Amino acid sequence: MTEYEPVIGMEVHAELLTASKMFCDCSADFGGAPNSRVCPVCLGLPGSLPVANRKAVGFVVRAALALNCEIAEYSVFHRKNYFYPDMVKNYQISQYDFPIGLNGWIDITVGDETKRIRIRRVHLEEDTGKLIHAGGNESLVDYNRSGVPLMEVVTEADIGSADEAREYLVRLRAILTYLGVNDGKMEEGSLRCEPNISVRPKGTKKLGTKTELKNLNSFRAVYRGVDYEAARQIEVLNDGGKVIQQTRRWDDVRGITSTMRTKEIEQEYRYFPDPDLVPMRFSREFVEDERAALPELPDQKKTRFISDLGLSAYDAEVLTDSRAFAEFFEETVKLFNEPKTVSNWMMGDFSKLLNAGGIEVFDSKVKPAGLAKMLKLISEGAISGKIAKGVFEEMFQTGKSPDQIVKSRGITQITDEVEIYPVIDQVLSENADAVKKILAGDAKPIGFLVGQIMKYTQGRANPEVVNRLLRERLAISLT
Amino acid sequence: MDLHKLTAHELHEMLKARKVSSREITQAVLKRVSEVEERVKAYVTVTADQALETARAVDDRISRGAEIGPLTGIPVAIKDNMCTTGVLTTCSSKILFNYKPPYDATAVERLAKAGAVMIGKTNLDEFAMGSSTENSAFFVTHNPWDLTKVPGGSSGGSAAAIAADEAIVAVGSDTGGSIRQPASFCGVVGMKPTYGRVSRYGLVAFASSLDQIGPITKDVTDTATVLHAIAGKDPMDSTSVDIPAPDFAACLRNDVRGLKIGVPKEFFAQGVRPEITDAVMKGIELLKSLGADYREISMPIMEYTLPTYYILAPSEASSNLARYDGVRYGLRSKHSTDVLAMFMKTRDEGFGAEVKQRIMIGTYALSAGYYDAYYLKAQKVRTLVRQAYDKAFEEFDVLISPTSPTVAFGVGEKADDPLEMKLADVCTIPVNMAGIPAMSLTCGFQDGLPIGMQIMGKAFDEETILRVAYTLEQNTDFHAKRPEL
Repeated sequence: MTEYEPVIGMEVHAELLTASKMFCDCSADFGGAPNSRVCPVCLGLPGSLPVANRKAVGFVVRAALALNCEIAEYSVFHRKNYFYPDMVKNYQISQYDFPIGLNGWIDITVGDETKRIRIRRVHLEEDTGKLIHAGGNESLVDYNRSGVPLMEVVTEADIGSADEAREYLVRLRAILTYLGVNDGKMEEGSLRCEPNISVRPKGTKKLGTKTELKNLNSFRAVYRGVDYEAARQIEVLNDGGKVIQQTRRWDDVRGITSTMRTKEIEQEYRYFPDPDLVPMRFSREFVEDERAALPELPDQKKTRFISDLGLSAYDAEVLTDSRAFAEFFEETVKLFNEPKTVSNWMMGDFSKLLNAGGIEVFDSKVKPAGLAKMLKLISEGAISGKIAKGVFEEMFQTGKSPDQIVKSRGITQITDEVEIYPVIDQVLSENADAVKKILAGDAKPIGFLVGQIMKYTQGRANPEVVNRLLRERLAISLT
Repeated sequence: MDLHKLTAHELHEMLKARKVSSREITQAVLKRVSEVEERVKAYVTVTADQALETARAVDDRISRGAEIGPLTGIPVAIKDNMCTTGVLTTCSSKILFNYKPPYDATAVERLAKAGAVMIGKTNLDEFAMGSSTENSAFFVTHNPWDLTKVPGGSSGGSAAAIAADEAIVAVGSDTGGSIRQPASFCGVVGMKPTYGRVSRYGLVAFASSLDQIGPITKDVTDTATVLHAIAGKDPMDSTSVDIPAPDFAACLRNDVRGLKIGVPKEFFAQGVRPEITDAVMKGIELLKSLGADYREISMPIMEYTLPTYYILAPSEASSNLARYDGVRYGLRSKHSTDVLAMFMKTRDEGFGAEVKQRIMIGTYALSAGYYDAYYLKAQKVRTLVRQAYDKAFEEFDVLISPTSPTVAFGVGEKADDPLEMKLADVCTIPVNMAGIPAMSLTCGFQDGLPIGMQIMGKAFDEETILRVAYTLEQNTDFHAKRPEL
């Protein structure tokens, strides 16, 4: 049987975080009562004219630079003509042969391998309205989204697996959120990903027939969707069939893709330069100023975390996938300067709780100061690492400070030897057999005795102190 | 006194002297409308109540000592392709038969701010596509000089309203001659300003890169006044240009000494009647006698402007008119069961034959495989046209030609000959292609019908055009002659 490999190109649409829409002053925020954020321009009323949002243009320039693109000296808006009820003008203002950014790349790491994914173009366009099927023979249209600025990032067909597809998207999202140009919310549709997938016999060059995948609303969906679709195509070919060029929809519940529409002919968009808008020109000086103003990007941060803070490559990568997460980490380290410890807590308990609750780090009740305070309590020996887990969970649920929780639960660690001695005496007298064994040279039951002492103190006794005192009492060496 | 027969600057003097009120002027104009409109049919909508209301408010402001600007209290007619809040804006198309915009076009807003009183919305060829107003979906407008003739187009309603004294001043729009040709046919003054001089915001688009709003008035001074009121950068229109507009009326001079006039011979070819050539040349000779100098020149590229225009304008129109689909406003066909059928039937029922033809031509020209051969090639010709003008203006201050090869033709006369109809615009189209300003004013008569002279100028130099026109006007009495109705 022929061995096939997937060939994947990715189109990503990112809604830009501008206050206003692409060509008018209406709010670009998500939501709102239907058709409450509209004006003659974003409704495409007769006589209305678009005026380009400078901020949106600046965002795309910045994003294109962060994606290592060349910035065009001359860039033009085109009209993409097609009829659809969610399009107020029956053309979309988009870009065609003069996009803002060209020929960039992102490096991704999957396993131990780093791979360069080339970016063909980065361009700016307007979003459409939303059709709502009201049931029966009626559809409603909400034009609040009409005219929201949308950036499109298109890769070359350099992605070779579902893992790479997901990792590309993770890194792209990280870059866009670091820049503050996109909120990265795939569930709300502000970051939308449409992979083009084909397969070809391994070792050959010719591209197979591709399908386009829609409705991928999470990283997991991207991974599963791409994985499924590539496997489906391989199965079709192995069965002697042909892949049909079409757009397919990912069904996240059933875990399959199905036909949305088949593209029999190349869609005729009759692109031409929009005469209502003037061409954009970007001087070298402007581009260099923008480049200089770029914030620290994920890769730079990652490198710094490894070299300056001594984190492992893996930890640094995970911490920098999200700007908010990385910033939380840095804020915490500023207050509690043990990067590895902070990293362990963030990647462990904190991440688990965030994921379980579906909460974004910036929405969490735990703030850097709280986490730092708790870590300080551990390092001072006030609470044990084990107790800290419970404390942290309560911090996460209630937003209370660790001091408060420790105090109210009465769970301060007991380090005072005077308090611990009577407990040791009690336990030793109750477990004469174990003591005998130890004195006979068998060290095994020591752990058992420590456990009993912890039980009596409800886990509050400092384990190190308990160990030391126990060994002293039994007159055995501390080895 | 027949107030409706006066110009804006004459009425302005009377308003300042408190000899007349805006209400009296408005009433006089509305009375005139009621007397002649049945024969002329210049208006799609007459906003009589609103006009009287506005006039009263203006009079109140005047009585409280507010400043009286040159257009304060002056009745104005607006072409029905400019948006007016809450007032029907139909583009003389069935597809917008019921459309009332929620906003004012910038030009309309600026006229209102200047204190002008809107009398109504004037008839046009559907979506400004045509040269006779015969393409209006509602009715044909008649030429006040001879009611069996067309008023020209597409701003035929505005030009006829001015010629018939149904408004004091008017605005039209000009994509290939739509202000100048009807001004010529109706014996009034009309100007297409430089592309970018007047905001297009709220002007329902026909061909965005060519459309421009401009004045249609009884004399040169009023054109200068209206232009000054509507000109200037508008943040709502990216293609409007931030070049200060001088007080054009204040700059008018009866003096053309030392001015260099180019007379491009290509504009006197292609079916231009000898009477027209004679009248225009007489005007040029008059300017020469007043101290200007002229020389015939050749601009061979002009031969290609008409076919080029009929690629570019329909291409843009095919896209601009795509939004009329029955979803949000205007006509929606009642005979559809699904959305695609609704689109198609609405557009089939809503658009007239000329509009459909242009949409089809434009759709074809923009299609993959034809784009390079048509649209792209046409853009290149357009560049050459612009360069030809640039070169001519290195030597000359203005260029003069006929506005139209003929005087007004009969209603229905060219209806069966679309090519002949389109040739009526051969002298005006090159101006839109180059984006330069040009003006038409009367320079003679043939069989009782006005002949128009076109004065073309450098981009953003409307001032020189106005100076030439003003000098001609001051030294002739063509503008004093009025049609009898």
